[in-house]
Amino acid sequence: MSEQRREADGAPGLINPELRAETDEGERGPDGARLTHAEASSRPLRPLPPEPQPRGARLRGNRPIDHDEAARRFIEAPEHATVHDERLWDLRQKRDGQMHAIPEWEELRELASRIKQHTLAHLADYLEQFEANAKANGVHVHWAEDAGAHNRIVHGILADHGVKRLIKSKSMLTEETGMREFLGHAGIEVVETDLGERIQQLDDEAPSHIVVPATHKLRSDVARVFADTLGTDPDNWDAHYLAEQQREKTRPLILDAGAGLTGANFAVAETGSFVVCTNEGNADLSANVPPLHIASIGIEKLIPRVADLGVFIRLLSRSALGSPITQYTSHFRGPRKGGEMHVVLVDNGRSARLGMAEFWTSLKCIRCGACMNTCPVYRRSGGLSYGATYSGPIGLILDPTFNRRRYSSLPFASTLNGSCSNVCPVKINIHEQIFGWRKALAETHDIGAGKRAMMKAAGQVLSRPALFRAAIATADSALRILPDFVVANPLNTWTKGRAMPDAPRETFHQWWARTGGKTEPGA
Amino acid sequence: MSARETILAALRANRPAGEHGLPDLPDFALDDGGDRIGLFSRMLERMGGRRHAGPADTALAALFPDARVIASTVPEVAGNRDVGAVAHPRDLADVDVAVVRAAFAVAETGSVLLVDDGLVTNAVAYLAQHLLVLVDPADVLLTMQAAYRRPEFAHHRYCAFHTGPSATADIQGVLIHGAQGVRSLTVIMAPRA
Repeated sequence: MSEQRREADGAPGLINPELRAETDEGERGPDGARLTHAEASSRPLRPLPPEPQPRGARLRGNRPIDHDEAARRFIEAPEHATVHDERLWDLRQKRDGQMHAIPEWEELRELASRIKQHTLAHLADYLEQFEANAKANGVHVHWAEDAGAHNRIVHGILADHGVKRLIKSKSMLTEETGMREFLGHAGIEVVETDLGERIQQLDDEAPSHIVVPATHKLRSDVARVFADTLGTDPDNWDAHYLAEQQREKTRPLILDAGAGLTGANFAVAETGSFVVCTNEGNADLSANVPPLHIASIGIEKLIPRVADLGVFIRLLSRSALGSPITQYTSHFRGPRKGGEMHVVLVDNGRSARLGMAEFWTSLKCIRCGACMNTCPVYRRSGGLSYGATYSGPIGLILDPTFNRRRYSSLPFASTLNGSCSNVCPVKINIHEQIFGWRKALAETHDIGAGKRAMMKAAGQVLSRPALFRAAIATADSALRILPDFVVANPLNTWTKGRAMPDAPRETFHQWWARTGGKTEPGA
Repeated sequence: MSARETILAALRANRPAGEHGLPDLPDFALDDGGDRIGLFSRMLERMGGRRHAGPADTALAALFPDARVIASTVPEVAGNRDVGAVAHPRDLADVDVAVVRAAFAVAETGSVLLVDDGLVTNAVAYLAQHLLVLVDPADVLLTMQAAYRRPEFAHHRYCAFHTGPSATADIQGVLIHGAQGVRSLTVIMAPRA
């Protein structure tokens, strides 16, 4: 792992020095030092002139998402593209800073990976244990096979209690199931309480990143959204003003909500409890103010023991944001006195994924977003260009399991540089699975002729591990500035578009027949 | 078959090949330079929290001279709002400062663990504008790993690590305290009464 460029003060430098602000409006500590916890940027970034916000991929029914087209529009909005790149690379650099401060970092990753693989290999048993313990704690446990079942169960609980307004914290699972839209049609008002997620809800746009949902927006975009929906001053871009307005307008909705919904970062079989991590405390408000708390939990969130949290909590926020821990790490084991708690355990394709020999370890994912922050394609194209719930490298390997045709082009939105795998806290071989999906989709003819030609080129490089390893070894330091990397890296199948490298000496199919996709030792 | 049976059967049918044993968890050392409280304080401040020398009454007067509604769950501070007497958690929405005691603290991250019994009404720690937390110096653990070997997580219905105040930087990376919950968190080292 390469050392990032740091300036004299020890903090990471900017990759776009022109973004540096003269003044600093962020929070400071008691000694006057600039604070960079949570998702704060290492250095103040100056406000930029407003620019129309590039929108995400255009959905065309079940036809493959045109990521290239959406990415091009994102790049053609230079203010947005530059700030997005800077913000996410800074999160990656903050993550590196945390990693270097922990000598046992690699051991933690290995432990996290093994604990997750163990749990997944015994998931039915651990789910039964979790359920038994949760029930003993007074929690109502529901099981949902798919997205529709999840939404109906949540609606049923809310209807039984006559709930008209649900407040919720960020949950990728409920994005996956389309719950907000479903409940909206059923006449239930849903209010997001995470600031970034609320911005996205008010703009009628999906989250573009699993941890920082509105990171593709400039402050001028937020001012526009709030002016249109909350009646704030459209010309006031001050982040403190905008955040305070949102706090004041959301608070009454929280106080009068009939129920609160959270996701879960981890569910502990040993205690039947679950853990939710936020920086805003909005999950704790959602869970602790209304009388009814519903938690939607993907079945892959299980871990065996409370003590395992000593591994995962140490890795999660450090990997995600480069902050030692989230501001709030909350453990729910049962309803509070006079309250009611429901847990919905959701499959929605996960049990089927467990049976995919090449891809099941993607279920280890703890949704930190580190792979997104480090990915040159993600940083330069924005999360919405993927047109899917999960974007970035992890999205490329999850999305095709939900819709093989619509997301067939996504595994090509990668340079296969391997940085995603290097930063993954649970050691998912993301870039290998991306290539595995290209192969799988090619074999079932789910991809077009252009992509098949790309496959041959990538196959050539991947068939020569020395070249591949060399590419990965140099990629990490080259990642910082994409253009150099793009020019230098023969693996790039993204930014070069349709300009194909020289014809491969060996076709993909020949290579595959010869090697079976295994790395060739000593090559 | 019920959804439950269908899911469990699919998971058993699709079980990945291989052993996949559960690893033991080693204890990782952390050097606090002989000053655990000092490490805790540095980490707390880096996460946006504050220390005050105390005692609690002095801190309240010094930090929040204009506070009108004080909700205390500790014997050290009387307060003027009974957290246990509210009909609904929303009735605590006007609290200016909440004063509570942590079950323990963690030096590695500057965190304090607040549990349901100590909060009386969980929501007070999020609806209040400011939070004052008492920590017994004897209750400061070194690492997060040590924290997760404590019994609280198996005994309480609700336990939450607070590490500094509510924070967001969702608007272009500008750090703001008081996103939805408390605007400030101040820790006072005070042995249990």
